[in-house]
Amino acid sequence: MPSNKSVSDAPITQFINCRILRDHHLQREDLWVREGRILDPEKLFFDEKGYADERVDCEGSIIAPGFIDVQINGGYGIDFSQPSNDVSSGISLVAQKILEHGVTSFCPTLVTSPPSVYHKVLPQVKVHGGGRHGAGVLGFHLEGPFISLEKKGAHPEQYLRTFSSGGKDDLMETYGGLDNVAMVTLAPELPNSQSAVRELCQRGITVSLGHSVANLSQAEEAVQAGASFITHLFNAMLPFHHRDPGIVGLLTSDQIPPGRMVYYGMIADGIHTNPAALRIAHRAHPSGLVLVTDAITAMGLPPGRHTLGQQVVEIQGLHAYVAGTTTLCGSIATMDMCVRHFKQASGCSVEEALEGASLHPAQLLGISHKKGNLDYGSDADLVLLDDALNVKATYISGEEVWRRGA
Amino acid sequence: MRLVILDDYAQSSEWAAKYICNRIIQFNPSEDRYFTLGLPTGSTPYGCYQKLIQYHRSGDLSFKYVKTFNMDEYVGLPRSHPQSYHSYMWNNFFKHIDINPANAHILDGNADDLEEECQKYEEKIQEAGGIQLFVGGIGPDGHIAFNEPGSSLVSRTRVKTLAKDTIMANARFFDNDLSKVPTMALTVGVGTVMDAKEVLILITGAHKALALSRAIEEGVNHMWTVSAFQQHPTTTFVCDEDATLELRVKTVKYFKGLMHVHNKLVDPVLSMKDQDK
Repeated sequence: MPSNKSVSDAPITQFINCRILRDHHLQREDLWVREGRILDPEKLFFDEKGYADERVDCEGSIIAPGFIDVQINGGYGIDFSQPSNDVSSGISLVAQKILEHGVTSFCPTLVTSPPSVYHKVLPQVKVHGGGRHGAGVLGFHLEGPFISLEKKGAHPEQYLRTFSSGGKDDLMETYGGLDNVAMVTLAPELPNSQSAVRELCQRGITVSLGHSVANLSQAEEAVQAGASFITHLFNAMLPFHHRDPGIVGLLTSDQIPPGRMVYYGMIADGIHTNPAALRIAHRAHPSGLVLVTDAITAMGLPPGRHTLGQQVVEIQGLHAYVAGTTTLCGSIATMDMCVRHFKQASGCSVEEALEGASLHPAQLLGISHKKGNLDYGSDADLVLLDDALNVKATYISGEEVWRRGA
Repeated sequence: MRLVILDDYAQSSEWAAKYICNRIIQFNPSEDRYFTLGLPTGSTPYGCYQKLIQYHRSGDLSFKYVKTFNMDEYVGLPRSHPQSYHSYMWNNFFKHIDINPANAHILDGNADDLEEECQKYEEKIQEAGGIQLFVGGIGPDGHIAFNEPGSSLVSRTRVKTLAKDTIMANARFFDNDLSKVPTMALTVGVGTVMDAKEVLILITGAHKALALSRAIEEGVNHMWTVSAFQQHPTTTFVCDEDATLELRVKTVKYFKGLMHVHNKLVDPVLSMKDQDK
C-alpha cells in the first residue's frame, strides 16, 4: 500500500502481541511508535490514513515504560564519586550496562565529597538522552554534603558541610555550579536549609530529605519550602516513633501543600529494608513509592572479592560486605531485581510494581509529560518483560538497545 | 425478505458474520474491484464485529480490498470522544483488521459545511461503484440509521435532528445525562441504503420486538422507516428469539421452517485461504 501519511514520512513501528501498561493497568493493545515517541494510532488512521511500516511481534510480552533509577552510585567497578579526568566514560559504561536491567534513564549519584571533586566532576557530564550507547542521564543526584553528622552512614565525615553562608551561597561554593543537577539530598534540620531548599526548587532541582535527624515538623517545613522526596526511606534517618514519626511521618502528613505529593525512595533488595517495613510504607502511601537501587561500585561484578578504591569488598549473592566482616557496604541489586522483589514482598499488582520504577520517578522529577508512561506523545523508552518480570529487551526512543540472548 | 431467526444474540451475531464473510469472499475482491460494505454502530452489531475480527485473525478473511461506508455520526461531538462513531469503529473493528485507512469512510460531524459533507459522501459512494451490502440495525422507534420517524423514504445523506426516543436510548452512553447526548447527526438516507445491492438488518433483544413487527408485518410507513425495505429486492433480517416476541406465530413458524434454506448461505463458511490468489 502506498505511503500517504500527511504529518510525517518517518517510519512507523507497531508492537503487536503484547500487553502494555497504560492508565494504570496492563491492556492487550498494540503500541505504535514514530520518531522516537508513542503514536496515537486512531489519529494516524483517521487524520493521516496511515498505517505501520514495521510490525514487531512481542510474543505476549509485557511492555512497560523504561525504568528510571534516581539513585545509583556506580557499578561494574565504576564509582561515580571517584574524581577522575574521564568521569563520562565511567558513567557511559554503567549507562550501557544498566540497559540490561531495563533502565532507560538515570541520575548518577555522588556521595558526600569535597568541593574539589564536585568542581571537577559536575562539568564533565551533561544531561543527555539515551540510545544504543546507554541509558539517558537525567542529571546528577548530589547526596550530601549538607547532611547530618549523626546519620552520615558511609559518607566521609570530614567533608560534611553546613549552610554557614546562609544557604544559597553555600550551594554554589560547594558544588561550583548547578547545571545538570537533577536532585540534591540534604538534612532540613541544618540551620538556613530553607533558603537552600528554595533556591534549588526555583532552579527546578528536586530536593530530597535524607541522612538527617529531622523531626516531623522540620521535615514538613522543608516540604512546604519545596522538598518532594525522601532518600532511601528508613535508612539514615530517625526511626518512626509514635509521638514523633520523624521524616517517615511525611508519608501520612496532613501538612503537605495542596496539589503536591511527597515521594520516597525504597531500596527493595530484601536486605536494606525488612519486607514488613516495606509493606507498611507501601500501604500507607502507595502512590509515592519510588524504587531505587542505590547501587554501589560492586553492582554487576561476579561473586567473590574485589578491590574497589580503598576498600576490599566481598560479594555473596545479593549481599556486599566489607571483606572479612558482616558489615554491609551498599546495595548491589539491579533495578529489575528490585521490581521483582518489591512485587513479591508487598503483594502488590504487576502494574504497581512497574509504576514504582517508571511512572513514580518520572512524576518525582517532573518529567512525566514525556517519560515514565506509554501515553501518546511520550518518549518511546520501553522495557519488554516476561510474566515473571525478567527483562527480555530494552528500547530507547523506539530503537532496540538491548535484547536478551543477542 | 428473508427473516433469519436464531436462538440468541451470540448465534445471530455469528450467522450475520458468516453471511458477510461469504458475501465478500464470493465477490472475490481485488485491486480493480473492491467490495463495498455499509456498516452500523451500536450494541447490536458488536458481536458480529467480534466474529469478523476472529475470521480475520485466523487468516480466513481479509479486508484489504474492502471499502466501508458507515451509516452515521453525531454532529458536534469531538472525533476523539469515546462515544463518537469514529471511536466505536476504530476500537471495535478497524484497529483489529487490515483495511486500508483510505478506504474506511465515516461522515465527519465536525465538518465546516455539513451539507457539503453529506453531498460529498453520496458522491464517494457513487465513485466506489455503489454499496454491495449494507449492514444496518433498527432503533426501538423503527428507524434505520438516524432516519427518525417521519423521514422521507427516498431521503439521501443529510443532517437530522434526533428524536426524543433516540436521545433517551443513547443516554446510557453519556452517563445517563440527557444534556450530554448530541441532538443532531449526519446520516445516510433511507434512499441511500435502498440503493445498495443487498441489505442485511440485525435485530436482537425484546426491546426491538415492537419495531420489528411494525417494520415487517404492517405497511410501508415513514413512521417506521425500516419498513421501506419491504420494497427492496434483497433484504435479510437476522434476529434472535426475543426480537420476534411481537410477531404473529404464523410469521415466525413460516420463516423458521425456511432455516434449512437460509443456512445454505452460511454453510460452508468460505475462507480466503482456499482461494487461488
